Amino acid sequence: MALLEANGIFLSFRGVAALTDVSLSVGAGTIHAIVGPNGAGKTSLLNCISGVYRPQRGTIRFDGKDLTHVAPATRTGLGIARTFQNIALFHGMTVLDNLLIGRHVHQRTGVVTGALYYGPGQREEIAHREIVEDLIDFLEIQHIRKKVVGTLAYGLQKRVELARALALEPKLLLLDEPMAGMNAEEKEDMARFVVETNEERGTTIMMIEHDMGVVMELSNRVTVLNFGERIADGTPDEVKRDRLVQDAYLGVQHDLEVDG
Amino acid sequence: MSGIEEALGGDVTFARLLARNARTSPGRVALREKEFGIWQSFTWSEYQAHVRDFSLGLVALGLQRGDKVAIVGDNRPEWVWSEIAAQAAGAASVGIYQDSNLTEVAYVIDHCDASIVVAEDQEQVDKILEMLDQLPKVRHVIYTDPRGLRKYEHPALLSFEAVEEMGRLLAKDKPGLYDENVARGSADDVAIICYTSGTTGNPKGAMLSFRNLLSMALALDEVDPKHGDDEFVSFLPLAWIGEQMMSLSSALAKGFTVNFPEEPDTVTENIREIGPNVMFAPPRIWESLNSTVQVKIMDTTPFKRFMFERCMPIGRRVADLRFARKPVPLGLRLLYGAAHVLLFRALKDRLGMSHLRSASTGGAALGPDVFRFFHAMGVPLKQIYGQTEISGISCIHRDDDIAFHSVGKPIPGTEVKIADNGEILSRSPSVFLGYYKNDEATRTTLEDGWLHSGDAGYMSEEGHLVVIDRLKDVMKLADGTQFSPQFIENRLKFSPYVKEAVVVGKDRPYLTAMLCIDMGVVGKWAEKSKISYTTYTDLSAKAEVYDLVQRAVDEVNETLPAAARIHKFVLLYKELDADDEELTRTRKVRRVFVEDRYREVIAALYGEAPQVAIDTTIRFQDGKTSRIRTTLLVRRLELGKAA
Repeated sequence: MALLEANGIFLSFRGVAALTDVSLSVGAGTIHAIVGPNGAGKTSLLNCISGVYRPQRGTIRFDGKDLTHVAPATRTGLGIARTFQNIALFHGMTVLDNLLIGRHVHQRTGVVTGALYYGPGQREEIAHREIVEDLIDFLEIQHIRKKVVGTLAYGLQKRVELARALALEPKLLLLDEPMAGMNAEEKEDMARFVVETNEERGTTIMMIEHDMGVVMELSNRVTVLNFGERIADGTPDEVKRDRLVQDAYLGVQHDLEVDG
Repeated sequence: MSGIEEALGGDVTFARLLARNARTSPGRVALREKEFGIWQSFTWSEYQAHVRDFSLGLVALGLQRGDKVAIVGDNRPEWVWSEIAAQAAGAASVGIYQDSNLTEVAYVIDHCDASIVVAEDQEQVDKILEMLDQLPKVRHVIYTDPRGLRKYEHPALLSFEAVEEMGRLLAKDKPGLYDENVARGSADDVAIICYTSGTTGNPKGAMLSFRNLLSMALALDEVDPKHGDDEFVSFLPLAWIGEQMMSLSSALAKGFTVNFPEEPDTVTENIREIGPNVMFAPPRIWESLNSTVQVKIMDTTPFKRFMFERCMPIGRRVADLRFARKPVPLGLRLLYGAAHVLLFRALKDRLGMSHLRSASTGGAALGPDVFRFFHAMGVPLKQIYGQTEISGISCIHRDDDIAFHSVGKPIPGTEVKIADNGEILSRSPSVFLGYYKNDEATRTTLEDGWLHSGDAGYMSEEGHLVVIDRLKDVMKLADGTQFSPQFIENRLKFSPYVKEAVVVGKDRPYLTAMLCIDMGVVGKWAEKSKISYTTYTDLSAKAEVYDLVQRAVDEVNETLPAAARIHKFVLLYKELDADDEELTRTRKVRRVFVEDRYREVIAALYGEAPQVAIDTTIRFQDGKTSRIRTTLLVRRLELGKAA
């Protein structure tokens, strides 16, 4: 069953086409990778799904609902969360506070109840804290729980960002280059967290990633973009063998093998 | 241990002590584990219930009396539950260091004939499953943390909860079975097999009975008492005899609370939250606490640094007078009171040591400066000495009788003497039953009840035992006097910049040293001195760092007799690591191995070349390797100046 379906997406900026007739279908419970060279339109596609951009043509359906004209904040409520290529956390706040903010969409009590604290406000805060603590345990960031985000190493900040996205309890998680700029060990950790998020929490994941080794190993399905067009779509093995993909990645010389 | 025996009417085992505690104080907190940011408590009766269920579960899985259960993982309640559960069913428990690599894990599991392995998490389960075809005796692998294991479908795999559930079912069938099993236990049964990480050869499994373990805990308690309302933080490997002694024998006998940290990374923070009354740690922990404070002081505001620099000397003067057992004059006492209010109180609070009453270090020598540092701020740190084979401890400092070059006096019930060849021998009810499946080693270690330690030492005039070095490492210098490389190494390591030191010189014309810098401290120093660096290897190769370390070596050289001075040294391009088999899991240098591995470096130390090219691979815990290519500088010291 497809959780997300994009049909004929067309997006242009003042006449420059960023996406041309892109369609894809993300199956529920899968890890779906979007790959492609620089400027292929990967982030634009993600932005269309999260609602930052509104495509000029085409439709996006999520969980049976038409998303095309829904505001970004509402999409979050429907169960779409994302991380960014450049970390977007509150740098002056602690890890714990950043994660609690991630619970915002699930906040039921209002300002007055919160100000009174005792009663429903307290109960709700405890419930949110429990969920956040579970995530802290899941992503192994106990030791930095009370650290200010800005003081943390890059790899850890990425992990906190993932935690914050998961605090929304999304059905679909959009990851924009989760492993960019990481060393081998950090990459390995992050790859493990992505897989475990998918397996343990059943979250569907759509991610942009450049490291082909990671893509081939983690994803169930791969969509390849080039100059705003979808040039291939299939299992990692199918995509690897695709002639157009080899062209896009390696120039037009086919005696080279793309290996993971 | 007669008192406890009387109280229990005969043989004492861990399971019986647990039952007693669950009976006398069912609602008191026995264990705590920090999870999801909160300290979760387990009372003595919950402790007992988990042990009973799991023990019966093991019986349901076919565990027989005399079998072995291997346990591997971080310090968690499940670890101690598993141990006592196995013992309650008449089996022995075998702890495995959680950072062991595949071959080490497989060696111990196979050698001890374990039929059941309790593994904490995916990491440990992976190690065992990978080696399982070489472990024909293992029938079940039980995991405590299901994380990441959901998709594993191995027939040998079981969850801890599932085994407890099997135990509860069995209890319905045979309600009296657990108590019967416990009643069949004897104080002289093998309780644990403790594999000692030998500095040479394969590890040997020392068999220790309940009598061994408990007599040691109670004898130690006479001179270093613990109380039922004490708090203890368990953060060292439970496979190590020292942690067994505290978290099992002593905790069960005295009924104090054992706290398990959230993660290995959060230990310092967790210690501060608990504020333990009792703390036992090897020197490297105390050293790292000391260097953390020094580094933080470098970083702090000028005012705080000023306070630190004014107060510490007062503390040190008081500590030195106490070491010398001289009275502290009134004026100094007043100053110390002020320093306590202004600095030490806050410092102890930061380190989680405000309530610390019993603090000890053991396993290796601790530098006098570090020793003095803790005494200066009012932490009564004591040195202890012992081997796994004597259940951990034979000697300890007494409260008002501390000398940092010694390891104190024998604990009650323990005799210590020096053999003609200088070897330290000891005898007590805690001396082990023998090595598992290694009679030859047992015969050479145990003669007429005397345990041969393999350590060279002597008795000081005050009746303190002084340990020199491993007997086989003591070497002769050119002028014929005996000298100990470990002694020099310890001196070198007293410098905060030096993390590890290996002194070479046996059958050589002069002494040389291979040193590893302390990345944290030297890195901080490099930042302060505006020296840029990338990796450990890069930092180690800096001429400025060589100069820095040379000053430390020069200082040590000045205190050594002329023949025992270091002529040349190198800073190694990597830290010595247990994964590379250079250290034991308790971080002792495996000298023979290290000298072989670095033979090119040693050749360069005794050659004329100012540098040596290195091309080598290093191994990680998961079996992966990485290649290092670098050039190592040899620093020659001007001994004329130092002399």
